[in-house]
Amino acid sequence: MTDPILIFDLLLAAAVVALAVASLSVRDLFVAIVLFITFGLLSALAWVRLAAPDVALAEAAIGTGVTGALLLKTLHHLRYVTGTLNRPEAFSVTPAAPVPAPVLWANAAFCGLITLGLAVAFLGAPRSGPGFDALVAEALPQSGVEHPVTAVLLSFRAYDTLMEVVVLLAAVIGVWQIERGLSDAPAPVLGEVFQGFARLTLPAIVVVGTYLLWKGAEAPGGAFQGGAVLAAVGLLLLLSRLYVPQPSHRGVARWAFVLGTGVFAGVALLVAGGGRVAFEYPPEHAKTLILLIEGLVTISIAVTLAALFHGREPVALRTDGGRG
Amino acid sequence: MMFGTMPQLTPDLIYGVTGIAVFAIGLVGALCAQDRLRRVLALKLCSVGAGFVLVVAAWRVPPAAPDPVPHALVITGIVVMVSATAVALALIRRLQTLETEDDA
Repeated sequence: MTDPILIFDLLLAAAVVALAVASLSVRDLFVAIVLFITFGLLSALAWVRLAAPDVALAEAAIGTGVTGALLLKTLHHLRYVTGTLNRPEAFSVTPAAPVPAPVLWANAAFCGLITLGLAVAFLGAPRSGPGFDALVAEALPQSGVEHPVTAVLLSFRAYDTLMEVVVLLAAVIGVWQIERGLSDAPAPVLGEVFQGFARLTLPAIVVVGTYLLWKGAEAPGGAFQGGAVLAAVGLLLLLSRLYVPQPSHRGVARWAFVLGTGVFAGVALLVAGGGRVAFEYPPEHAKTLILLIEGLVTISIAVTLAALFHGREPVALRTDGGRG
Repeated sequence: MMFGTMPQLTPDLIYGVTGIAVFAIGLVGALCAQDRLRRVLALKLCSVGAGFVLVVAAWRVPPAAPDPVPHALVITGIVVMVSATAVALALIRRLQTLETEDDA
């Protein structure tokens, strides 16, 4: 009677909702983060079902992978500073002050009202309606790339993407400022199995990341997905201590952070003039320029995400652990 | 259509309702969770729920290709969300360190 794939859709949707509830209700924060990572990967699978492989790749690599690593690192830090590192029974780091029941009920009622409004709006809205599909399909030959999502990201709506790279840059500046002078939790000692794993997977990750970037011009993939996969190289290097950030590397890191934003903005302004506006690439060089921007933005994204994971700006070791 | 006959079950309906449910779960968590890390997790759930609704809006009945503009918006949203999460987590680490030092 029904399409068997619809049963899969229903099961997947139920699993996504159940994992979302579980990750917020389970007491152990470590378990909560692991459930969240599972939730993110299943969401990415759902987006593949909705014919959005680019979004699924970005969610799996950035929204789940990098975010999960950031959450686990923060949990490790919190457990270290509160001295609950080796006590698995200490499930929560912040002492739980009881919330008054009326507040909880008011919050629940408020959330229920918002959800009801959203559901009515969604069910009442026309679905599969006309969007920008026709406009994008019409303009695609002029963009220089064959993949519509890449064309939207780097040509038609390139201004959004430039601002997105700026947000990433602002985040790393913010993190370095916030963590200045903060004493760092020592990284957990990882065994020999991890070292071997890192040695085997590092070259493979580099190839996969570069492939995602290169393929982005004509198929799902691109700068953000490739950058996030390459950031995983940085994470593995940091965790296995094959690379230890030194204070003298800060200059190079700063250049790598601004490289993508600088080149992106520079190209956008340089192509302007002669009757063209910013971001209006000359058609004969459009593909070259887009690939140049994507390549350098990928390097910036990879270095910035790895720096966000490392957190503290690399400074000379302070023994007093003061607030700086 | 909404209140009369049962609407036909399609992937966009299933995942649209999923997205709204995930957003609602995240909203409850962000308002009611007590530890800071879990509150950040809840906000991240909200962003995934919003992503679901946008991806559903871009979906077309299979032979037709989906609308690329909402896809690009969701990718932008994912990158902005990881930046915001990183700053929020840095603030949490700093706050916890300062509080522990004050107690000591």
